Amino acid sequence: MKLLKLVPEDTNIKFLKFRLPFFIVSLLLIAASWALVFVNGLNYGVDFAGGQEIRATFTQTDVAPIAELRQGIGALENVGSPIVQTFGAPNEVSIRVKLPPEAEGNPEFAAEMTREITDNLRANYSDIRIDGVDSVSGKVSGEFRQDAVLALLAAMLAVAIYIWVRFEWQFGIGALFALFHDVSLTLGMFALFQMEFSLQIIAAILAIIGYSLNDTIVVYDRIRENLKKYRKMQLPELLDLSVNETLARTVMTSLTLLVALVPLLAFGPASLFGLVAAITMGLFVGTYSSVYLASPILIWLGVTSNSFVPQETKADRQEKIARGEA
Amino acid sequence: MLEFPTWKKIWLWGLTLAAVAASLPSLFAAANAQWPDLLPQPQVNLGLDLAGGSHILLEADPTEVAEQRLENMEETVRSSMRQAEPRIRIGDVSSANGQLSFILENAADIDRARGILEPVLQGTNLVREWDLAVIDGQRMVLTPTADGVEQAVNDAMESAVDVIRRRIDSLGTREPTIIRQGDSRIVVQVPGLEDTDQLKNLLGQTAELEFKLVDLNALPSDVQAGIAPPGSEIYPFAEGSDGEGQLLAVKRLGGIRGDSLTGAQAGVDSQTNENVVNIQFDQQGARKFAILSTENVGKPFAIILDGAVLSAPNFREPITGGAAQIAGSFTAQSANELAISLRSGALPVALVVVEERTVGPDLGADSIRKGMLAMLVGSIAVIALMIATYGRFGIYATIALTLNVLIILGIMAGLNTTLTLPGIAGFVITVGAAVDANVLINERIREERKRGRRVIAAVENGYKEASRAIYDANITNFIAGVLLFLFGSGPIRGFAVVLVIGLFTSVFTALMLTRMWVAGWLRKTRPSDINI
Repeated sequence: MKLLKLVPEDTNIKFLKFRLPFFIVSLLLIAASWALVFVNGLNYGVDFAGGQEIRATFTQTDVAPIAELRQGIGALENVGSPIVQTFGAPNEVSIRVKLPPEAEGNPEFAAEMTREITDNLRANYSDIRIDGVDSVSGKVSGEFRQDAVLALLAAMLAVAIYIWVRFEWQFGIGALFALFHDVSLTLGMFALFQMEFSLQIIAAILAIIGYSLNDTIVVYDRIRENLKKYRKMQLPELLDLSVNETLARTVMTSLTLLVALVPLLAFGPASLFGLVAAITMGLFVGTYSSVYLASPILIWLGVTSNSFVPQETKADRQEKIARGEA
Repeated sequence: MLEFPTWKKIWLWGLTLAAVAASLPSLFAAANAQWPDLLPQPQVNLGLDLAGGSHILLEADPTEVAEQRLENMEETVRSSMRQAEPRIRIGDVSSANGQLSFILENAADIDRARGILEPVLQGTNLVREWDLAVIDGQRMVLTPTADGVEQAVNDAMESAVDVIRRRIDSLGTREPTIIRQGDSRIVVQVPGLEDTDQLKNLLGQTAELEFKLVDLNALPSDVQAGIAPPGSEIYPFAEGSDGEGQLLAVKRLGGIRGDSLTGAQAGVDSQTNENVVNIQFDQQGARKFAILSTENVGKPFAIILDGAVLSAPNFREPITGGAAQIAGSFTAQSANELAISLRSGALPVALVVVEERTVGPDLGADSIRKGMLAMLVGSIAVIALMIATYGRFGIYATIALTLNVLIILGIMAGLNTTLTLPGIAGFVITVGAAVDANVLINERIREERKRGRRVIAAVENGYKEASRAIYDANITNFIAGVLLFLFGSGPIRGFAVVLVIGLFTSVFTALMLTRMWVAGWLRKTRPSDINI
């Protein structure tokens, strides 16, 4: 049986020839992402902003009447201006309302508000199904925000230190920068499309980090190996060789994950859509950053083939001198 | 490479089969099949976001516990000084700034007072609960120690968990999860429960029932202005009670707490046709109640529930039977809820809902069905791709991947962990890592063959060279997973748990199991060429 070969043998693509333009574009994209995050802001869900979220499905209607809902619910007493969005399918909506200050520490108030809204929905739309209600107080949502940021930072830092120990410090910085790029672009996308940013999305970002890290380490491992093997080769050439040698693996792994993720995107549950979409995007971004960010940084940070050769210790040196070799 | 000692094979197969066996009950449940009752049933719990149900996070205010403790101490000090032989007279008792202070009328009593108080201050546990200072030789100041307060809050939260469990059990809902979180929080999760109103009513009610004497000497004008005479305190009447909107002065000390009940039932008063709650005191409570009612026949007392007066009837006669009836504009439902709350004991501290999530059961079932279908299609595509690319080695990889998923499920079931939506993201990543490990190995074997190595050397080198990257990648992610678990909150932890388990199993299946199979095959057939 003839086996499938996705990548022809002995490819020699000059990936790093355009490393500077790619790097500049990446920097611009990172800057643009953060600009979007600060200008547009992230569309925080109740997990991070506090308040109430009611999720509902229109079982008979294909497209939910978003504008009508926004108006109808906004007209209710105490509700303020609700954020009404579809999520997953067009007939599934999420309705988010902020809790007024007096609701803090007064659960009755929040419960009353939920009841008011759900009663109104049930009365006006006979085919509506209430799928769930989330109510998060300001205090707890603040803690969620803090925990998420702390957990992400701690994990990224620890990972960089491990890579530093196992490889070299340049590799640690390279991996950290690649992760920073991936997380920035994901945040930028959420700011651009104003998709709801919830705790689940944090899980997606974690998954992206995990995948990107995996990819970066596979490329780094090959670079380490080749640095030991080809002592005289120029670094850009050596990086290209390493990326080409791992190309078959990169394509195969990415494709395999893609064929597993696409069905989840196409007909998986709506509640998983945001998560899977973010992971799918991370697949591309993570692969890109391993090749075009994590690798060329090694050139600029001055990795040499000596990095992985054991350093001559003082004792060795004295022994050499004693034997008259130096 | 080809040498695979028997003990190693037994180990690998033993671990694999044990974990796969542990995954079976969960798979049976997912397929709606009946797992035999006689066998052990470890199961992966589905999180509420997948299975539907309610999640409520309750928070207590620790300062309230401290206040309650101070009040109890005052009562202890007063009664122990009164019962001393001869009696120690004290005055100017005040509890301000979290401290209790009083003056000994006779400074010579100082050593006796110290001797009496010392065991109380030391407490029953190993930590010292109160510090004692003497000012000007006569004034004693008791300050709670930080350890003592911590202990008290801890005890209060522990017993709050018990009380909540009893209350929820009385609702008859299935398998609630009630766990403490941090210092002052409790998570309550009830699968399948969608309407949380009743649950919240039950949990929101402290059900602290008190019987206190009405202070008849208080000036009505002072009381209505909210000014309490010395030794008394002001309570509002409860909403819907006869005295709604008014205030009442009651004596602060010398009352009876409702925590010494043996029973409470909702009922209807045969004369007034009103909803009532009938309560029975335990022996000690009954005796106290008998003394209180005998000493105060004809005088009014207040029935106070959670800081509001339900009613203030007179003791018409001494009540010695230990039974009493509480009336106060109940509905049938609220009378029932109060009875449940009283039966399960008062919450030692008031709890406030700070987070609440409900997921409808339809959504949960729908999610699982769609998720299963998508995963099935995805798996078939992955298997096809792997076998088309790596042939026999692809088959080994596929079996390893399948076992990987089963082993993850089995370990999760064994550890009784919960699979949530973020956990599925963790699942995706670990399966990705396992796929990658297999791809890395097989690509490396291809490479080694291309460089002209003989079959066995190529396979051996393939595993050796690929495993370095595999270990580095998985250890890195493992470190990230552990930190996420330590620093993250609920959903992030759900992700981290699956990630950490999955990384272990990925390495185990991709590196160890496939290697065993490949070695067995190579030794048996000794091929001169392999199709990879």
